[in-house]
Amino acid sequence: MYKIAVMGDRDSVYGFAALGLDVYPAAEPAQAAKTLRRLAESGYAVIYITEALADALEPEVDRYRAQRVPAIILIPGVSGNTGAGMAHVRKSVEQAVGSDIIFNDENEKSR
Amino acid sequence: MATVHVNPTRMELTRLKKKLVTAIRGHKLLKDKRDELMRRFLDLVRENKALREKVEQGIAAANRNFVLARSVMSDEVLNVALMAPKQEVTLEMETQNVMSVEIPKYHYKTRTSDANDIYSYGYAFTSGDLDSAVKSLSDLLPDMLRLAECEKACQLLAAEIEKTRRRVNALEHVMIPEMQDSIRYITMKLDENERSTQIRLMKVKDMMLEQAHHYKEKMQ
Repeated sequence: MYKIAVMGDRDSVYGFAALGLDVYPAAEPAQAAKTLRRLAESGYAVIYITEALADALEPEVDRYRAQRVPAIILIPGVSGNTGAGMAHVRKSVEQAVGSDIIFNDENEKSR
Repeated sequence: MATVHVNPTRMELTRLKKKLVTAIRGHKLLKDKRDELMRRFLDLVRENKALREKVEQGIAAANRNFVLARSVMSDEVLNVALMAPKQEVTLEMETQNVMSVEIPKYHYKTRTSDANDIYSYGYAFTSGDLDSAVKSLSDLLPDMLRLAECEKACQLLAAEIEKTRRRVNALEHVMIPEMQDSIRYITMKLDENERSTQIRLMKVKDMMLEQAHHYKEKMQ
């Protein structure tokens, strides 16, 4: 039996509490890294984390990429979408294919 | 040319030939595995991208609603309203085997079956915006779980593809040419040995005949 956690700044995550997800408000990266590690080892299969916080915890988040549990998924916070979530998907594509073939059109458009 | 030192013996040759056959077979299999993984990965990653766009938009919309709700309610009221959630979500995880990569499948269960249990407050002191904000998040939950499933699968597949690709390349560009070189080196060495033995025998035969019949003396 697994659980779902949501991490991030308080304003971005408190709504998830109503749905019955476990909410861990965290603003400070050092504290958040500890929390993340603790959550990963205590039966959370999915951890949603705001992009802003994930940015600060990059190495910690990357550590769990190749592991089956937990899945760490980036969500946009209340301050807006930074595009870090998509960047993670792009990273997978680059890792697998060697170059980015899915997001190519968008990059060109944004240039 | 043989970069690795090998003993030019017949036993080594047989061993290398067997190894080469295995390597070629392994290379073919791994290449097939890589192609199939890649096909699945591309399908999944497209789905992942579409889902992510949808979820990000959904969350942005929900966040707007929450900001609206906050603007008309005090922090204390909001905290009290969301302090004790009635609903609880748990996950069951299955794994699906895709080309020997175990990818997760999530099934979520809510503690109570009543859809209205996401509202953990009486409606007297909260604004209607909070209701719609909570509702919009709750509608998004299945998509968010599917996104988690999809994105994790993509990450795992990407790691496996990278590994497989390295193996394929190592076999194709290093192992197999090296073995072929070694085999060529041994065959050439063995042939050379055989020729030299034959020449030696011919020479010995000549010398023995010369001793027996003294051709040279007779010619003079």
